[in-house]
Amino acid sequence: MFENLTDRLQSVFSKLTGRGILTETDVDAAMREVRMALLEADVDFKTVKSFVAAVRERSVGQDVLKSLTPGQMVVKIVLEELTALMGGTESRLVLSGRIPAVVMLVGLQGSGKTTASAKLARLLQQQGRSPLLVACDVYRPAAADQLEALAAQLGVPVYREDGGNPVEIAREGVKQAVATMRDLVIVDTAGRLHIDEAMMAEAAAIRDAVRPDQVLMVVDAMTGQDAVNAAKSFAERVDFDGVIVTKLDGDARGGAALSVRSVTGRPIKFVGVGEKLDALEPFHPERMAKRILGMGDVVSLIEKAQSTIDADTAEQLEARLREGRFTLDDFLAQLQQVRKMGSLADLMKMIPGANKLPADAQVDEGALARTEAIIRSMTPRERDKPSLINGSRRERIALGAGVSVYEVNQMLKQFAQAQKMIKQMQVAERQGKKGRRRGGFFPGMRRRHISYH
Amino acid sequence: MSPTPWFKRISDGLTRTREQLGGHLNVLLRRGPQLDDEFWDGLEEALILADMGGLAASEMVERLRKTATREALPDARAVVARLVDEIAAQVTLEAEDPFASGPACVLMVGVNGTGKTTSVGKLASAASGAGRRVVIGSADTFRAAAIEQLRVWGERAGVPVVERAHGADPAAVVYDTIAEARARDADLIIVDTAGRLHTSPDLMAELQKVKRVAERESPFPVRSVLVIDATTGQNGIVQAREFHRALDLDAVVLTKLDGTAKGGIVVAVVRELGLPVIRVGVGEGIDDLEPFDPLDFAGALVGDIS
Ligand SMILES: Nc1nc2c(ncn2[C@@H]2O[C@H](COP(=O)(O)OP(=O)(O)OP(=O)(O)O)[C@@H](O)[C@H]2O)c(=O)[nH]1
Ligand SMILES: [Mg+2]
Repeated sequence: MFENLTDRLQSVFSKLTGRGILTETDVDAAMREVRMALLEADVDFKTVKSFVAAVRERSVGQDVLKSLTPGQMVVKIVLEELTALMGGTESRLVLSGRIPAVVMLVGLQGSGKTTASAKLARLLQQQGRSPLLVACDVYRPAAADQLEALAAQLGVPVYREDGGNPVEIAREGVKQAVATMRDLVIVDTAGRLHIDEAMMAEAAAIRDAVRPDQVLMVVDAMTGQDAVNAAKSFAERVDFDGVIVTKLDGDARGGAALSVRSVTGRPIKFVGVGEKLDALEPFHPERMAKRILGMGDVVSLIEKAQSTIDADTAEQLEARLREGRFTLDDFLAQLQQVRKMGSLADLMKMIPGANKLPADAQVDEGALARTEAIIRSMTPRERDKPSLINGSRRERIALGAGVSVYEVNQMLKQFAQAQKMIKQMQVAERQGKKGRRRGGFFPGMRRRHISYH
Repeated sequence: MSPTPWFKRISDGLTRTREQLGGHLNVLLRRGPQLDDEFWDGLEEALILADMGGLAASEMVERLRKTATREALPDARAVVARLVDEIAAQVTLEAEDPFASGPACVLMVGVNGTGKTTSVGKLASAASGAGRRVVIGSADTFRAAAIEQLRVWGERAGVPVVERAHGADPAAVVYDTIAEARARDADLIIVDTAGRLHTSPDLMAELQKVKRVAERESPFPVRSVLVIDATTGQNGIVQAREFHRALDLDAVVLTKLDGTAKGGIVVAVVRELGLPVIRVGVGEGIDDLEPFDPLDFAGALVGDIS
């Protein structure tokens, strides 16, 4: 099976190359792949239908037919449409000025509401709020204990009433917040099936009792086609304002997120990416779109690079790059920055397609270390001017670094390529493409433009 | 056991058939009787909508196509009528039920929130009701209040639960549980484990260690059972594959079938991994656990054809 949409489309279009012009039938073949890719990512069937129709229209109307790289064109259109459908830009949690503000979480059993409640408390606490958590799940054994244990990690109080009525508990919780000067109440509710009449009525009653600023539905990223059924019912009966998608630290494509968004129109606000309480992140539509398509998380990789690489080194390097000077010393500094970002294996996980490699073939953590050793075995003059490095110098360097001469040659070759690439980038830049410069200095990382391949 | 079979109770619920496989098949049938490409494509799509997944669905369609030719099935309706049988046949496996074939030490595993702890409670209650001497091991020492949660289920089932402190080594809990089982002369050990994503190598390794310790200590054969939530989509097959790779699973329990999701993903799981589904969870009560019946399952998956 194909890992991602790009591969799928490449396989469709590669059959057609040589024939020159594409026909609408070819586009239809591509659309079948788009459809299957989305269905396999658990996107709701109706959403897929209307989506594919929209993409098809744009594909036929645009230059796909004439394009030399029709696969890329289609992927681009799909990605743009998907991002738009996902809500365009990220959406934040808006709370009223009312004190206390109230947030209520609802969802199916096991979706991750209790953990999400605590994560949200932590996030808003960091933004200066003083939350109170209210335990309205009186059904699942030890649910209130779970909330309490998580809240204790944050130093946040919990209001609970064992054996109480959830509607009353919610109401009392808000009173408690007023009395204890907490300015935010987060109501954790029991997991419920959307077809459970009594339980859905209870959720609506809790909502009516505390009139939340925001009701958030918690949706498990691993949910299949049933996500729309649940989301529609919750939208009708409880009327939520936004969505938290959980368990995105796994490898589920997360098409359910798109389904929920498209059938209810409610934005996705946050994503859960781990069991720890700091593992809650704002939602980024484009990243989600890429994930659904199996295209990896290049943006995260770049952000990680940007946050890890220290600004000074980056600036220095950038200055040198602009002067057209990029020496082996700079290369070494660059390598060290890469190593600071974490293990290569972790970084690889974020690169599209890398998951296809056999596990043991994926990364050679030693390669970086060897490269570093090679550069360190050079004299400062050699580093500044690699053209000095003749045969006997290579032998000396190899010996010093404990590698073969072949490896030294390879390394120098790579460096020459990097230098060439940098020159090309400078040419492009001088030709007037004004990119945003922010710390990034790897080729391709320079601008926040992400290529699709 | 409940007076009405669960699949009846489910279809007695709300009007949601249009969202289900049956709904799509009805639309397909209204197209007309002809067995053309459009029909077969539509059928495949309908199966994918039941979370069955691309591969299992296209294989199923292939099989039905052959059946249609071989038996000269006259029209679309006749093919759809065969669908339930085909799905049932696909999920029927001759395999051992770890809870009903002699003494055993069973590890319940799965991703977060699928219903492991609840299933442990239900299984312990059923086994103890059937005269087995059961001991529960509380090896989820990670999630907040998991120990307290299982303690309640132990009380409900009237079965002793062996615990250690939050944060303790789960393998150590298993060690203690087996010792306790020996002391009590028990013949069934059920171990609850922490939910974990199959993508975490560390947590999967931890589970392997738990199993190794169980195999070393247990006087009974050690079995591992994967708990899958019926709402799970295509990731379910990946989960099953990875847990199977790590633990060499013996069976699957399918939970939350009382919702609108019908657990089509297990068709793909059975197809690829050959693991039997042995129980289904149909609610949050202690008795809401039933044996897996392939025909009932297939019938509920397909829904009402009109
Ligand atoms: N409707 C329904 N709910 C279920 C079923 N089985 C479990 N649940 C509910 O699903 C939620 C999660 O169940 P748990 O047993 O805590 O799941 P778990 O796999 O142990 O969860 P973790 O240990 O947190 O990974 C609880 O609210 C249960 O009541 C079922 O068959 N039907
Ligand atoms: Mg549990």
